Formats: sequence, C-alpha cells, structure tokens
Amino acid sequence: MTTAPGAGPEAPLLEAYGVSRTFRVSTGVLRSKRMLQAVDGVSLAIRRGEVVGLVGESGCGKTTLARILLGLLPPTEGEIRLTGKAISTLPRRTVAGLVQPVFQDPYSSLNPRKSIGSIIGLPLRVEGGGNAPKRRTQVEEMMERVGLSRHLYDNYPSQLSGGQRQRVAIARALINRPQVVICDEPTSALDVSVQSQILNLLQELRRDLGLTYLLISHNLAVVDHMATRVAVMYLGRIVEEAGTDALFQAPKHPYTQALLASVLTPEPGLGVPDTHLGAAYPNPLDVPAGCRFHPRCVHVMERCRSESPQRCPERGGFVECHLYNNKEHARSIVRAD
Amino acid sequence: MSERILTVEDLRVDLPVPAGTLHAVRGVSFHVDRGETLCIVGESGCGKTLTALAVMDLLPARARRTAGCLEFAGRNLLRIGEREMSDIRGAQMAMIFQDPMTSLNPAYSIGNQLQEALLRHRAVTRRQARERAVHLLERVGITAAASRLKQYPHQLSGGLRQRVMIAMALMTSPSLILADEPTTALDVTIQTQILHLLADLQRELDMGLVLITHDLGIVARVATRVVVMYAGEVVEAGPASAIFAAPAHPYTRGLIACIPVPGRTQRGEKLGTIPGMVPSLIGTRVGCHFASRCPHAADACIRANIALEDACSGHPVRCIRHCEIAGILPAHGPEAVA
Repeated sequence: MTTAPGAGPEAPLLEAYGVSRTFRVSTGVLRSKRMLQAVDGVSLAIRRGEVVGLVGESGCGKTTLARILLGLLPPTEGEIRLTGKAISTLPRRTVAGLVQPVFQDPYSSLNPRKSIGSIIGLPLRVEGGGNAPKRRTQVEEMMERVGLSRHLYDNYPSQLSGGQRQRVAIARALINRPQVVICDEPTSALDVSVQSQILNLLQELRRDLGLTYLLISHNLAVVDHMATRVAVMYLGRIVEEAGTDALFQAPKHPYTQALLASVLTPEPGLGVPDTHLGAAYPNPLDVPAGCRFHPRCVHVMERCRSESPQRCPERGGFVECHLYNNKEHARSIVRAD
Repeated sequence: MSERILTVEDLRVDLPVPAGTLHAVRGVSFHVDRGETLCIVGESGCGKTLTALAVMDLLPARARRTAGCLEFAGRNLLRIGEREMSDIRGAQMAMIFQDPMTSLNPAYSIGNQLQEALLRHRAVTRRQARERAVHLLERVGITAAASRLKQYPHQLSGGLRQRVMIAMALMTSPSLILADEPTTALDVTIQTQILHLLADLQRELDMGLVLITHDLGIVARVATRVVVMYAGEVVEAGPASAIFAAPAHPYTRGLIACIPVPGRTQRGEKLGTIPGMVPSLIGTRVGCHFASRCPHAADACIRANIALEDACSGHPVRCIRHCEIAGILPAHGPEAVA
C-alpha cells in the first residue's frame, strides 16, 4: 500500500500519488474522439539518493509519466509532490530548479541555432543570478565536470558527436544544481562505447553531487547496472516494484518474468529465448478487461479476465497480480519456474 | 558442407567529398553459406551499412564500388547489368533497411508495397500475393493483418513499420537476406519474436542471413560467424563462440568490456570505455586505424599497414600484438577501462 504523502521521517523527494492521465485521440474522420488512458492510477515514490529504474515496452506510458513528474503535463487525476508539496502549487521556476530532464535523442533535444555555451547557460540566465562573466565561468566549470572541453563553448550542436551532445544535455540539466534528474532513455541513441562513457558519467555525477535519478530505459541490462529500485510499467500501470536485486533474481509478475527472459546477454550458445508472450502488445485504446496483461499471460486464470488485481506487498515493493493474492498458489508457480 | 551463397573479396567503397575521397569500406572480405547467419558488428560509421548496400548494388550514385570478387549464387555481380541485377534484387536477395520511416513509400498502401516485389518477380495472382502478405504480417506479430493492407505508412507506429519492412523482405522467399539493424528500434519482447521468425524462415528456406548490428547480445545468440568492422576494415572474424570466448583484437575486447551484463558486471562499477574517436576515413593512412585509441599501441602499429593474421587466435585478427596481449591479459580483462 502507498503511504500517505508526507508520512515517515522524510517525505520522498518526488512522488506520484494516484496519478492518471487521459488523452482524447481521434480515430479517424467523422468518428468520435476516444479516450486513451496513458497513465492509470500510478503511485511512485522517489527517495533522496535512489536511482529508480522505470521499464516497460513502448507505448506503456513511461514518457507520459516522466512528463507529468517534470511538471510539464498536468495529470487528469492525482497529484505530484515535490519535497512533500504539491507541484501544482509551486512556482514553475522552483520546480525547474529541483527537477531536470535528460532526453533520449541529443540530435533533436538541442537547439541547432544556439551555441553550446548558450544552451548550457540558459537555465542560469532564466534564474537571473550573477553577471555574464560569472555565468560563463559557471558554464565552463560544468562543461569540464561532464567531460566537455572548454574550447567547445562557442561551437554548435552540429559540430559535436552524439556522445558530446548528450554531455551537453547533461550539463544543461545540472547547471542549476537540481536534486532529481529524470533521464528518459539517455543512451538509446548512442553507440555502445559511448553509452558506457555516459553511464559512467551519470554514476560519477550522482556520487559527487548527491543526485537522485529516475532512469527510464527499455535496456534492462542498463537498468540492472544503474538502478537501486525498479518499477515495471504495463499499459499505464506499474505492475511490479522491487529492489533491483530482488527483481532481477526473482521477478514475480509474469510480465516482468517475460521481460527479463527477453534480455539477450552476450553469451554464445544460449540461443534466443522464448518469452511465451505470444500476442502482440495490445492497443492502448482498447485496454483488456480485468488484469490488463491477461491476454498475453501464461498463468492466466478465470478471475484474471474479469477482475482487476490488487497490489500485494512483496519484499519492500509490490506486485499487482492475482497469483499473489492467493499465497499458496503463488508459491507453487514460483517453484515451477 | 553447405552451399556458398555469397562471396565478397576485397570490397571497397569510395565516396567523393569536398576534402578528397572518403574510403568508407577498405578491402572487406567475407562469405555466407546457405542456412548460416553472419553477423557484421561495429559502431556508427564503420562501413557496415555501406558494405550491405554495395552487395545489393544500391549505393548512392556518387559512390564508387570496386571488388576483387562479388559472387552471388554462382553469378558474378560485378559483370551483370542493371536489368539482370534488378531481377536478382528483391527476388533472390533482399534487404531489410534500418530506418522504416524513410524506406517505405508514403504514397502507397503497405499492401501495395508488400505485394509489389512478389508480383514483379513471381508468376502469382493478386489474390495469392495478398494471401502471402497477410500470412507474413501475421508471422511478424501484426494483429488484424488483413485490414492493415489498406493502411499507409503514416498510420503505423515505428515498431509496426519495422515489422512491415521485415515481412516485405520475406515475401519472395529469397535465398539471402541482408538485415541492417532490423530490431534496433523495437522492444526487447518483439525483438525476440522477430529473431525467432528470422531463424524459422532461415531453416525453412535454407536461407543465408547477413545481420548487421551493434548489439553484441544479439550477435552472441544468433551468429554462426562474426565479422567485426572498424573504420571500414575487418579487424577480426571468426566463429561466434571463439570471438566471445577469446576476443583477440583490442577493439573487440573494448566493445565487450563496454556493455553491462546482469550477473557479470557489478552494479555501479565503472564500465569499460574506448577513449577517443574514430579517425577520419578521408585519404589514405598507414598503420593500424585503431592505434590512436588502443591501450596497447606501439610504434610498430603505425609504421606499416597491418594484415589479417591468425598466429595465436585461431581466427583472423588485424593486430600485430594480439599474441602478446592474449599472453598477458585474461580474455575479459579490464584493460580498456580509461
């Protein structure tokens, strides 16, 4: 169960509390608009110093949730709390000073007409602190901090490699010393040798600057490497949440089990695993009744087709699955696997 | 011994650029047998895509292709005309392109595009072509396949478009498929399904498959043999099991050290990196192209060009120091950590 906001010795740094978001989408000319529930009743607490991994297939609502957490998109229901206060009551600049994003594609997330120095320094100019030479020094210090040469200050994004651009995006996110950084697929657009450099940098910055991350990724090996806790999202809901070790060693939800089985580690001879997921990812406009995972689930039972599962507490996290409402049955399933 | 379907020897692709000539592919040789999967591995700009395009004769007009030998199913592709080549292309040899956004025609329905190659190359009726299109769309995991045929590319998501591309390449049951990063844009769950599908069809049709990817996880799981490319050259080639058990070239070793592996790498530990950048491929250069980034580079590495040799590795490696390196370091050493 989710604790009430503000409870406990320290409130979570950033918390989604019963958050939903629906979009009206057109399904064709002359057809009525339909409601797409991108995020459906999500509660997620991010505590100081954590790296929370958020995983799930494309279209599951990861990015919508990230935009809501950043305060860029208001939720239709529920509330986002930043250091215990509702984000809707905080001024825009206060939110931006505490939470910053790093996006997936460093080719489209940087303005091609602005110099590197100007891109990184924009948050400083918006804040309005100090004078121009002082801001320049701050920007140059941050550039060195993220491994960019000072000489690139007057260059433009088109003159930089993908890895350098992602460093610019990280420098821009960190220049105002935020507490939480929301990284949405920060390395998916990069080559493997560059990915490892960016992951090392994110780890180093987290240690040195005491940062907290929400790391959204479809690369489970990256999440295993970086995260302290993992939330698994499916069709707008978080279906399992647990510490990284617990989740990777003994995934509970059949969906998590299938996701982990599909990770291809570089071990020759093992072949491509069969995840038994069968049917394709369902249309988010047409969410299945009952448990939304039931059409693809190998353990599907009668009640899954009609009844939505409740959250069952498990190992400091939870799992949302009928198998675990009935403990005896659950044990036999886990053993059989 | 299965039948050789493709032989490539000393393939070169040159592109004129304002600063001179860009030698994008520099003497690449490999072969593919029926029923086997050859993986070409490398990072952006290493020439792996241009190598595939050169085999398909689909290079940009300004590019120049030369080769010692380019033989497909016993036919010399260097000697045939455009008409003959277009009879082969799409019928016996098909390509799955990396970017489904730009490689589907926005003005035609996907049904039309799926059936085009089959109607062009095989004596089938429209009804048969349509049935095959529906069948293949279902096999690549697309629901409501029949109704999708009337849709246009912009009505499909990126993942669906990629699967349409894969179905399109399979329409004519070709004997060789060149797949350029076919699953990079897809979710891991779909990726496993697509890899299964490719493997099934490969078995059914005794098809040769060239899979171009930067994902070493895929390579390890599906490759029969591996070719590692760097800066337009093959730097290491051999059976997948040998390359992963004992990578010999410092670049291959560096690539393997870069990736986090659940259960093998410690959480939060520093991952290996390959410092520096790929050198410019414009003009000619002497010596090892990887030397500027290599932790083992010596003077001899940049004095003369390095040949592929297999003194200590059992498979070809383009590194004069690979014997020494293998002697002093474990197979998965931390040497590339900067």
